[in-house]
Amino acid sequence: MNRIELTRIPFIKNALNSRYPQLAVFIVMLVGYIFAILAGLIGTPVGSHNFSIVFVWIAWWAILILVAVPFFGRGWCAVCPIPLPGEWLQRGAVLSPPEKRPKWLNLRVPKMFRNIWLQNISFLLLALFSSVLLTTPNITGIVLAAMLFAAIGLSTVFERRAFCRYLCPVGGFIGLYSQTAPIELRIKDKQVCVTCEGKPCYNGSSAGYGCPWDVFPGGLTKNTYCGLCMECIRTCPHDNIAVNLRPFSADLAKPSTRMDEAFKAFIMLGSAMIYAGVLLGPWGIFKDAAYNVGSSAWFVYAVAFLAIIFVVLPGSFTLGILNTRNTIPLKQRFASLSSALIPLGLMFWVAFSLSFVLTNASYILAALSDPLGLGWNLFGTANATWQPMLTSILAPAQTLALVGGLIWSARAAQKAANEVKVSPIPVIVYCFIATSLMLWLLL
Amino acid sequence: MRFRISLLLFVMAGLVVAFAPLPVPAITPQERTFEINAHQFAYSPSEIKVNAGDTVTIRLVSTDVVHGLYVDDYDISVEADPGQSATLTFIADKPGSFRFRCNITCGAMHPFMTGKLTVGTNNWLYRSIALASIAVIAFFPLSSFKVQGKTKEMLRRL
Repeated sequence: MNRIELTRIPFIKNALNSRYPQLAVFIVMLVGYIFAILAGLIGTPVGSHNFSIVFVWIAWWAILILVAVPFFGRGWCAVCPIPLPGEWLQRGAVLSPPEKRPKWLNLRVPKMFRNIWLQNISFLLLALFSSVLLTTPNITGIVLAAMLFAAIGLSTVFERRAFCRYLCPVGGFIGLYSQTAPIELRIKDKQVCVTCEGKPCYNGSSAGYGCPWDVFPGGLTKNTYCGLCMECIRTCPHDNIAVNLRPFSADLAKPSTRMDEAFKAFIMLGSAMIYAGVLLGPWGIFKDAAYNVGSSAWFVYAVAFLAIIFVVLPGSFTLGILNTRNTIPLKQRFASLSSALIPLGLMFWVAFSLSFVLTNASYILAALSDPLGLGWNLFGTANATWQPMLTSILAPAQTLALVGGLIWSARAAQKAANEVKVSPIPVIVYCFIATSLMLWLLL
Repeated sequence: MRFRISLLLFVMAGLVVAFAPLPVPAITPQERTFEINAHQFAYSPSEIKVNAGDTVTIRLVSTDVVHGLYVDDYDISVEADPGQSATLTFIADKPGSFRFRCNITCGAMHPFMTGKLTVGTNNWLYRSIALASIAVIAFFPLSSFKVQGKTKEMLRRL
């Protein structure tokens, strides 16, 4: 079994071709998103009783990291409401292309920004303030609103979904980890794309818009930058686009050589480890430092956070691969071999999130009935008491995730090492040390 | 064939490491008392260690707002008002490592106000690291086999 084309199933094909199912989900998501902003700004300041905190950082996060990313890759991006208002404004339409498009600046994003460094920076900015962001409703409301307005602003200046592609702090890591997902959008026959006139999948046509993610589907070899918006399925005049079920982490067979993606792997791996220590660990001094933004302790925390991510982790990784006698430049080896950290990083986040989500999931029921913390009881669950869930299976589940991630990464390291003709042993040893540290932090 | 036998051996070794019962050192149970100060958003001390079978008394003293102390898996809790103390007594009959956490909303970082209770040895941690070691040790010989047919296809999918 290599690939199973899901779009051969008429129900799936029709559902993806039509704009209405996606629009229905979009509207529900957009309403939920705007409500989360409002709840954050006008609801109770008690995070565990506010819709914005409970539904964004517990419910949405659980779905995203435990289900959506591992199994559907960029599936969340396909229904994310953040780019919608800006995109509708940019297009001058909600559904099919209008006869006359509005005249926005429609600039191309400058070449120096056409990478994921801005996404790395935006993620790190949020990560440094995460203790406040995760627990303070009005900060969550402000950040959600800022992302919405940033997406609108960028849509009026730049072409396509500049926010999603180059700035979204969430989209960056979803893209990285989507390479491991067992789902992909690819062309069926390359020759059809080569001879296709006008390339409507990229440039748009009366049937639909050019790729909002600035990707030519004919050249797609990995999931990282395909937002699964399904627009190319609608515009392709040759029915040459397929959504396939495929083996997990198929994209990692040909590892990336880009430094922005390599550092993304370290940023995500390091952040998961730091969060496991700071947020879930028993050390109050770290929590104080992370929460008291602007204090001297916070500056020490921020410097330590960045040092771990940009110096300690990549530095020790580089030392590990330094001795391999090889003619391939170290930079290329570093970038290629770091792709082995992608499955491990994803599983670190799964293990971390299991602990956080299972402990706090019971807040969802109360927040559902009283989303603003104003004393409502819409569904009779407002007084549901806090109770950690499934704590007895938590440790085995985390071990399974982390050891499974280690094996998965060892396999990815072997493939990456074959590509750059070095031994995978240093990378596997590195993954083992990181896994042992994460086990110690979580168990 | 050699691949499958080796894989089976490593899987069995993993199962033994994960689930084999370990000898429990014969230690006479004692009565242990701890005073834990709770303040936003930490416990002091934040880690306590007892032997399996000990009768543990925790005197929780809250130094600022109302705090609670809930022990995962034991499903027991105690609450202390500001400046007051409250006592929780239980028999530590489940070995392992357990988070204890505040169960009364006490401020922004409340969900992350945690401590750690270790009863006996944290065997699950050592078992997990041993499992990770077996996984790495097994990886090299298993990945060096020249496998064919269905097994090759199975590996390729990984």
